[in-house]
Amino acid sequence: MVNILFIEHDGTEHPVAVDIGSSVMQAAVSNGVPGIDADCGGSCSCATCHVYVDAQWLDKLDAMNPAEEAMLSLSTDRQANSRLSCQLPVTEKLDGLVVTTPEFQF
Amino acid sequence: MSEVTTGPQFGQSKWSMVGKDPYSMPLDEIDLSHPGIWQANEFLPFMERLRQEDPVHYCKNSAVGPYWSVMKYNDIMEVDTSPEIYSSEPTINIVDSFEEFTFPSFISMDPPKHDEQRRVVQGVVAPANLKNLEGLIRQRVCTILDGLPLLEEIDWVERVSIELTTQMLATLFDFPFEDRHMLTHWSDVATAIPGRGSVIQNQAERGEAMQECLAYFTRLWNERVNLEGGNDLVSMLAHAEATRNMPPMEYLGNIILLIVGGNDTTRNSMSGGVVALNENPGEYDKLRADPSVIPNMICEIIRWQTPLAYMRRTARVDTVLRDKQIKAGDKVVMWYASGNRDEEVIERANDFWIDRLHARQHLSFGFGLHRCMGNRLAEMQLRILWEEIMQRFQQVEVVGEPERIYSSFVKGYSKLPVVLYPL
Repeated sequence: MVNILFIEHDGTEHPVAVDIGSSVMQAAVSNGVPGIDADCGGSCSCATCHVYVDAQWLDKLDAMNPAEEAMLSLSTDRQANSRLSCQLPVTEKLDGLVVTTPEFQF
Repeated sequence: MSEVTTGPQFGQSKWSMVGKDPYSMPLDEIDLSHPGIWQANEFLPFMERLRQEDPVHYCKNSAVGPYWSVMKYNDIMEVDTSPEIYSSEPTINIVDSFEEFTFPSFISMDPPKHDEQRRVVQGVVAPANLKNLEGLIRQRVCTILDGLPLLEEIDWVERVSIELTTQMLATLFDFPFEDRHMLTHWSDVATAIPGRGSVIQNQAERGEAMQECLAYFTRLWNERVNLEGGNDLVSMLAHAEATRNMPPMEYLGNIILLIVGGNDTTRNSMSGGVVALNENPGEYDKLRADPSVIPNMICEIIRWQTPLAYMRRTARVDTVLRDKQIKAGDKVVMWYASGNRDEEVIERANDFWIDRLHARQHLSFGFGLHRCMGNRLAEMQLRILWEEIMQRFQQVEVVGEPERIYSSFVKGYSKLPVVLYPL
């Protein structure tokens, strides 16, 4: 199991433990973590699973593909550490990952 | 093409499939583009047959020329998220002949221009701004609902759906409130099929109304272009680098896009929810028992109604979808109304099910770069409307057959007779 900590925009923490192989988005949705809408169900085509990745984890993530970059580029709340959580596979090296969910998904 | 430009013969067109048996007619003659079956509410079995027998379907002969129909949820997703293969240019409407009367706008542009123009305006409907609008919307909903007569027949479309969406549009444009009915008119004219029973008789009338719209909005632009700030859509367009030098027709195109996008769609979901709950009294009971289901129900209403039946793309290159060879230049129509009823992806897809799991996963907003910009605003307006309806009425009862719009694009209602029963 891999541990992921989701922090809501108001600071509420949601620690979850998930199996390897799913995505960070699925980890949130299947554990009832609020703040992730995932309207498209994980196909990188809606940008409603947007998260801010804690700085120390950024370089441990796979690089963005063009589709993710394109969707994020239209987000009104994008920051330097923005990612779409459906594009982040859960792997062993992400054990302890910390992400913050934005106030709104859009 | 002549029937499209000279006006439809309601129910009599040689292209109309109204009254035909969807399962006995030759497969290649099925033509979803003709508005007849949409107005007559007979489209569902035709879509079902195509999903089962020919999910990427070529219609060779139609009033709008040859085109592909993409019927299944996952195929629609593929087309919608492949702008490098399926272009939104020159138009997202199935009818090419509208081109000379419609105008460039970012819905019918590809990246990078689409992205640049969309970024200018989307902030106004982003959730952070919506938070500021919620109080105003609730106040207006309350005023409208409190002004409705009880226990007598009224037209829900006119009294609630149109009024509420038009007021919202006026706010987003900072449009003179007393003239707001003109927004409704321009929206209707922009998408109407000219002819008998339509809001316009011919394309020239559409042209006149569009010129009137441009003149009005040009005045607003000129008033605001040199004023600092302004968080209405006109000021945003007038001030932003990507849009401030737009040619007039492109300004008009984007204005029409924002008017239609913010008007027809939410309007028809406001009416559609009433229809759906009346057709499914068990679901209405569920709603009365637990109004906390409303946010989920709103997503289900938007799926069930699918207020825009399709979006069209044009193949840039030769490509293959399922086993079909699509040629560069072919029209490819994604039938959201069909994908939203695809049992392979959506459980009990024909049922209206207000506490459905994963209700957010529907195609009505489209997916990919062109995904509906106003989706969160639409959801908020619908949520507030239903919250306030449940505070006041035991039932909004449909008391006559709804009148549906003569269009295969805008899927909605021109009239919905209801009687309101107080709590």
